[in-house]
Amino acid sequence: MKVLVAVKRVVDANVKVRVKADESDVELSNVKMSINPFCEIAVEAALQLKESGQASEVIAVSVGPDVCQEQLRTALAMGADRAVLIKTGNDLEPLAIAKLLYTVTQREEPGIVLLGKQSIDGDNNQTGQMLSALMGSAQGTFASQINVVGDWVNVIREVDGGLETRSLRLPAVITADLRLNEPRYASLPNIMKAKKKPLEVIDASDLGVDIAPRLKVIKVSAPPERKAGIRVNSVQELVEKLKNEAGVI
Amino acid sequence: MTILVIAEHDNKVLAPATLNTVAAAAKICGEIHVLVAGASVGGVAEAAAKVAGVAKVLVADNAAYAHQLPENVAPLVAALVQEAGAAGYSHILAAATSNGKNILPRVAAALDVDQISEIISVESADTFKRPIYAGNAIATVQSNAAVKVITVRATGFDPVAAEGGSAAVEAVAAAHDAGISSFVGEELAKSDRPELTAAKIVVSGGRGMQNGDNFKHLYALADKLGAAVGASRAAVDAGFVPNDMQVGQTGKIVAPQLYIAVGISGAIQHLAGMKDSKVIVAINKDEEAPIFQLADYGLVADLFEAIPEMAALA
Repeated sequence: MKVLVAVKRVVDANVKVRVKADESDVELSNVKMSINPFCEIAVEAALQLKESGQASEVIAVSVGPDVCQEQLRTALAMGADRAVLIKTGNDLEPLAIAKLLYTVTQREEPGIVLLGKQSIDGDNNQTGQMLSALMGSAQGTFASQINVVGDWVNVIREVDGGLETRSLRLPAVITADLRLNEPRYASLPNIMKAKKKPLEVIDASDLGVDIAPRLKVIKVSAPPERKAGIRVNSVQELVEKLKNEAGVI
Repeated sequence: MTILVIAEHDNKVLAPATLNTVAAAAKICGEIHVLVAGASVGGVAEAAAKVAGVAKVLVADNAAYAHQLPENVAPLVAALVQEAGAAGYSHILAAATSNGKNILPRVAAALDVDQISEIISVESADTFKRPIYAGNAIATVQSNAAVKVITVRATGFDPVAAEGGSAAVEAVAAAHDAGISSFVGEELAKSDRPELTAAKIVVSGGRGMQNGDNFKHLYALADKLGAAVGASRAAVDAGFVPNDMQVGQTGKIVAPQLYIAVGISGAIQHLAGMKDSKVIVAINKDEEAPIFQLADYGLVADLFEAIPEMAALA
């Protein structure tokens, strides 16, 4: 069985983004970019499926401009076998991304498609679910453990009250939560080897998929600032202030 | 305009997040219908009918919906919208809970429309505000979709009254069973303390707690204050406490009256989950910790001395 894993290029998780002065977007020029942390976990999960003999091939796929090749090379350096870039402009909506990924699943027919549970830029948490709907497959979102059993896969999911196990018929779409695994680092020799692995570039306009934006972003503003707080010197002072000044206890 | 709200429940009790979602629906203006999909959900449907502002409750009572499997529930919702036609539902809303987030994007894809995640305010019937980049920016977005599919961040809306309504209850005869997924089991954390997302006071511990046993200090303080106990990702990853206690971008979003962060440095991802709290208190021995930039009251102290002292005084 093939495993397809989707990776997204996003602003590095440690960068504190700032809103542009004209409120059109956040400032993205000269900002460090990385693989979305949840996608990294999805790649690791795909590699573990291959290493345990349950997957035959791991294909990394990304949707976006040419520079996303960097993130695909990172996935190849971690151990993915080959990569596909669907070349588009920036900032597609989740439904458009899901439709483009769907064309790749139709061609490759993977047994499992792995994605991160959400990207840390748009914070949408939609693409995996939408892709699963398009494929007509089962979905295992927010996965913290994956066990393939014959034609089915058991997924332990992180839900509001704790954990839950669901059994899904293959092919299935699984989205990775934080605790699924600890992603590996790419070693220098593997980074060198990754440069020789196949990376196919497909132009999105050749796929006949409607990816026009449907949502209009009217503005992007900074969240309201909190006014500066004060330092207290003792627990006594703190409790007194919470009781009398803030009135919250 | 008619708005369909998908009820959040566990087949027995209507979850409070539903009341916040109905509040968001009320801001859009229009007739509000609530869908209760589950198994043996008579009690939940009755509770939903009493919610202020609800005009009609649709009940889809079938074993296939018992565990909110999205493969079964999403086609049900999509079919309800399609059957109602152009004069039918203009908006579909669900709480941004793990069920809501799981099901709604699948509904949106089935209807071939975009989905808007975790709105925090309604500007008009087609324009909404939502946080992006871990809450470091607020996007105002406008959708021209015929049906707007939206998840609602509960902390953005004050709940409507759970009593006072008298909606008609109507059974839905549909039964979608895709047969491609099944519920195996669950392991829910048990707690007598208030629910994290609904608590008025939250006491959270981070890596500074050092181990799971030390959380007993926070539990003692929390019990004194009637508070819920949360945690940072560091504390969850280190195995101090279960993951459902995590507050942050990828955990729960809380906005209590008082948030007490203990031994939490204040990473961007944690702040995304609590920075809308009314009063924030930070207790940390590192005076350079970023959490102090956000805190209304900061105390530089060893938590193992400060927390028991605070529990004694509170």
